[in-house]
Amino acid sequence: MRSRHFDLLLILPAAIFTLAFLILPLARLTLEAGSGPGGLAGFFVILTEARFRNSLIVTLVLAIVTTVATLAVATVAAQTLAHRKFPGRGLLLSMLTFPLAFPGVVVGFMIILFGGRLGLVGSVTKSLIGTNVVFAYSLFGLFLGYLYFSVPRVLLTILAAAEKLDPSLVEAARSLGAGPVAIQRDVVLPALFPAMYTGGALCFATAMGAFGTAFTLATNIDVVPMLIYTEFTLATNASMAAAISIALGLITWAALVVARSRAMRDVNGG
Amino acid sequence: MNAHTANPTAARRGSSITTRRLSKTFNGVTVLQPTDLEIPAGEILVLLGPSGCGKTTLLRLIAGLEQPDGPDMIRFDGEDVGGVPIEKRNVGMVFQSYALFPNMTVAENVAYGLKIRRIGRAQREAETRRLLALVGMDEYADRRISAISGGQRQRTALARALAIKPRVLLLDEPLAALDAVLRERLRVEIGLLLREFGITAVYVTHDQAEAMAIGDRIAVMQRGRIAQIGAPQTIYHRPANDFVADFVGTMNRLEGRVAGGVLAIEGDGTHARLDVGGPDRTAAICFRPEAARLSAGEAAVAARVVASTFFGATQRLVAEVAPGRRLQLDLSSSLSFTPGQIVAFDIDPQAIIEFQQEA
Repeated sequence: MRSRHFDLLLILPAAIFTLAFLILPLARLTLEAGSGPGGLAGFFVILTEARFRNSLIVTLVLAIVTTVATLAVATVAAQTLAHRKFPGRGLLLSMLTFPLAFPGVVVGFMIILFGGRLGLVGSVTKSLIGTNVVFAYSLFGLFLGYLYFSVPRVLLTILAAAEKLDPSLVEAARSLGAGPVAIQRDVVLPALFPAMYTGGALCFATAMGAFGTAFTLATNIDVVPMLIYTEFTLATNASMAAAISIALGLITWAALVVARSRAMRDVNGG
Repeated sequence: MNAHTANPTAARRGSSITTRRLSKTFNGVTVLQPTDLEIPAGEILVLLGPSGCGKTTLLRLIAGLEQPDGPDMIRFDGEDVGGVPIEKRNVGMVFQSYALFPNMTVAENVAYGLKIRRIGRAQREAETRRLLALVGMDEYADRRISAISGGQRQRTALARALAIKPRVLLLDEPLAALDAVLRERLRVEIGLLLREFGITAVYVTHDQAEAMAIGDRIAVMQRGRIAQIGAPQTIYHRPANDFVADFVGTMNRLEGRVAGGVLAIEGDGTHARLDVGGPDRTAAICFRPEAARLSAGEAAVAARVVASTFFGATQRLVAEVAPGRRLQLDLSSSLSFTPGQIVAFDIDPQAIIEFQQEA
């Protein structure tokens, strides 16, 4: 019995944290959302009203494309780095993970410096083809920004898994006649899958909800986090902002659950 | 040869392996000195040696996992395979870590090579069942790899390697990851299975008991070259040098001056007087612990007992001929000895080996 009490004591800090920062605000948010003119229907406004629905679709597409691109870049890089030793490997790794240190707003500024009106790409293309190519304030700019801060996180996760992969698994597959494609499909990717899922889920959730980068870049795009911000501060429609917040949370969470169940089915060979 | 006679009806399968001046250099360090090797089809050759002796490198070169230093150094059935990548070399490999695919079942692992070869489902399944039955794993066909034991994993790995009907089977310390009891049981089992298949096999190990149990021939390797190659009996009873003698079993060694054909060492109430014949010289005379026989009369050796270790049927006696010159003797465990006692024994003259004194 004493140990049971002690266990409860151990879990108390996490319980308080969950209560204070998750359950209470969520409850408050839910009440707030239900108190709008439409009542509980406020929750569905994100699906029923065209402006909100379009914004949700854009955000989802952006998050999915970002996740897929991040996973592709990180998986290739992780496999390349995992079993190779070369001078400067440590430096290269720390450079690759440097963006981890930047907040979203800084990432946004960097994209502006790169592809903004006075950016690097703009000046180069202007002198070369006479047109100032600007993409920082578009969905593409946002995509680059998300990619920039997602790749390091996902790379580190997958790299850890790739380093743990037994090289004799690949050698065994080769001795059985498997070429590079079959080895990726049957040996390497299944082994990396849990890490890819973890990394991908993190990346997707971040891309769905990231605000700093969006705030810096998305002057013309209404991604959902921007929508919440405008509803709350500019339109002072707190209940609408609350409803969209909860909807965004639920949709992100549901997407992760679906991805996870699909993923586990694939891993277990269906 | 000994083992083949145990099952004379087994058909010889697989290719012969020939290496000619096969060598491997990593970053300027030669890990395998130029090596000539003839492995006839169907033979089980064990590469035995301490870590870093080059045995695994030799195996990986034959497999095609490493590139040799030059062209035309490895042949299967006389055909140069040096330029054939491992994917096309058709070799079966068994690894120390088993290297089974954790995302597949036992049966899927065994069938994998056949699937890659686009063998039809019906034939693939029949062949997989046959192999699983052969290694005694048919009950576990649908188990996941995480749900079977170490010994079962090794047998699955063997079935997977054999499924592709390889030209040669290459095993890299396949039992090293298992505990002692299981290792002892499996080395008998694997030896029998390999003979049943009659396939050319190269088996790497650092365990001399395993080498003796499994090999038709053993190649003892030392610092990147083959120190001696021969039947287990030859390696054990007629080791070519000190290194082989010490690596394979225990070897007693008495160094001294041979005068009038006798090596004589005198201690305090103890002595060794070994009649080895030949001219006067300085010699290292060696014999195995089991070559000692208790003697009642004028004994060749009288030594003072230091300690004895019980081994079941036998006991190993440590005894001193002179201070610091110790011998190990295997005697029946029914006898009892006390430390300080002097034992007299003779040595089977057939079992005495003399090595050239290194300059």
